[in-house]
Amino acid sequence: MAVHITLPESRKKSAAPDAPKHLVTPGDVITTDTGYMRGHGTYMDDDKLKASLAGVVERVNKLICVQPLKTRYNGEIGDVVVGRVTEVGQRRWRVDVNSRLDAVLMLSAVNLPGGELRRRSAEDELMMREYLVEGDLISAEVQAIFHDGALSLHTRSLKYGKLAQGLMVQVSPSLVKRRKTHFHNLPCGASVILGNNGYVWICPTVDDEKVESSGGYEQDLEPVPSTDREVIARLRNCILSLATHKLMLYDTSVLYAYEASRQYQVKDLLQPDIAEKVADDTRQRLQMESG
Amino acid sequence: MAGLEIISDQGYRIDGRRSSELRKVCARMGVFTQADGSAYIEQGNTKALATVYGPHEVRKGRGKIQHDRAVVNCQFSMATFSTGERKSRPKGDRRSQEMSMHLRQTFEAVIVTELFPRSQIDIYVQILQADGGNYCACVNAATLAVIDAGIPMKDYVCACTAGFIQDSPLLDISYVEESAGAPFLTVAMMPKSEQIVLLEMNSRLHADNMEKVLDLATQGCKDVFAVLDRHVRDHVSESHALMTAS
Repeated sequence: MAVHITLPESRKKSAAPDAPKHLVTPGDVITTDTGYMRGHGTYMDDDKLKASLAGVVERVNKLICVQPLKTRYNGEIGDVVVGRVTEVGQRRWRVDVNSRLDAVLMLSAVNLPGGELRRRSAEDELMMREYLVEGDLISAEVQAIFHDGALSLHTRSLKYGKLAQGLMVQVSPSLVKRRKTHFHNLPCGASVILGNNGYVWICPTVDDEKVESSGGYEQDLEPVPSTDREVIARLRNCILSLATHKLMLYDTSVLYAYEASRQYQVKDLLQPDIAEKVADDTRQRLQMESG
Repeated sequence: MAGLEIISDQGYRIDGRRSSELRKVCARMGVFTQADGSAYIEQGNTKALATVYGPHEVRKGRGKIQHDRAVVNCQFSMATFSTGERKSRPKGDRRSQEMSMHLRQTFEAVIVTELFPRSQIDIYVQILQADGGNYCACVNAATLAVIDAGIPMKDYVCACTAGFIQDSPLLDISYVEESAGAPFLTVAMMPKSEQIVLLEMNSRLHADNMEKVLDLATQGCKDVFAVLDRHVRDHVSESHALMTAS
């Protein structure tokens, strides 16, 4: 058996990061001027506005916020999320979406199999476990936010619903770039759902017609060919290497990382030095195109 | 410990420090990828590892749920290899339970728990090598981990010990000095607002000396804070530069 060993390596400092405009750590006084509004990551203490997080100060007119580098997912209405069902309850499912409280998916907020549109009856309530049980993965959209911060989800579109065969990767929610669309059919033969909550779903591409006929709740359990599985595994390793080197995730960056990784074997991408090379190549290519 | 001199005639301690000198502090943030926040700290030969999960849904013991704030759950443990004598240390023993309770009280005071109703924050700390000042290393490591997790805190919490040996106050005492049997004080404080979060003394100390020792410990906390703050700023500016570059 071949064993790969790397020696400890001193982490190289990135070329003197030009200190961001206004960096604060917990307890720092941001301003003593009382004319400002208190946003996220700040608190008032005897007429001084202080930071409660370590991060960068953002000002929008009179509002002051501190943006931390990483947190749990803070939902916003309209976000695409990937989540795992943790509990089946009274007319609702509870879904773990990496948020500070579990999200709620109401029975009335899902499309019934077959795309039927009608009132949910008592039979539907009894059939809930047929659709989704504990441990199932779903993609959904944030419909509302309750006053305590919990999210309410809906899957009332054919692109949302139960996720069948594929692979989930967990990254920090702040690394997922907000875009118009978070569903991507990549030209390499796999589809990626970049959930705003940092859960990324990678699956083999399926044609839309099949989904439409099943209503989004049928699971295709055909074995996935090994070439597709290799593409999925490669994408997973690419996404993880982008995430560990703090690159934003969106369709272009994932695709560039995939192309940069083509010269290596899939398993080699797990080695830290190669993962770094792939991330660096991607970063260079993105920087070249942007500027 | 008879015959062992804690302070030499020249005013140096056993490990070569002066009486108001801290041990060398090394810290790293974000050591684990799975946890929401994590940190590792070395204070001389005392090494501690802290991980923070949350705020998240309360999964076990729904009875604990607080409807107006988050629950803070701390767990302290010591590795089997952490002391001179190898010994398996169950998590539930009296000493570590007491330590867990002190940590919980410390962090409930500084974390802005009102922002996360009905959720839970887990802080797990482990001592990998014990050489005096275990509580301090735990608090300092946990502070870094909580900051790394992006959980709002009113201020840092920094902890430091100060002892009173051979009629002079000593800062940041090591295991040998701890076991000399002299009184020592453990202080956890918020360095910017100068509020004391936890104060513990292990044996009797003359009231006249109390102020001297407390002042020294306070100064030690501020010194620790200066080191931690530098680490946090380096970490934040480095990560921020990477994220904005792409």
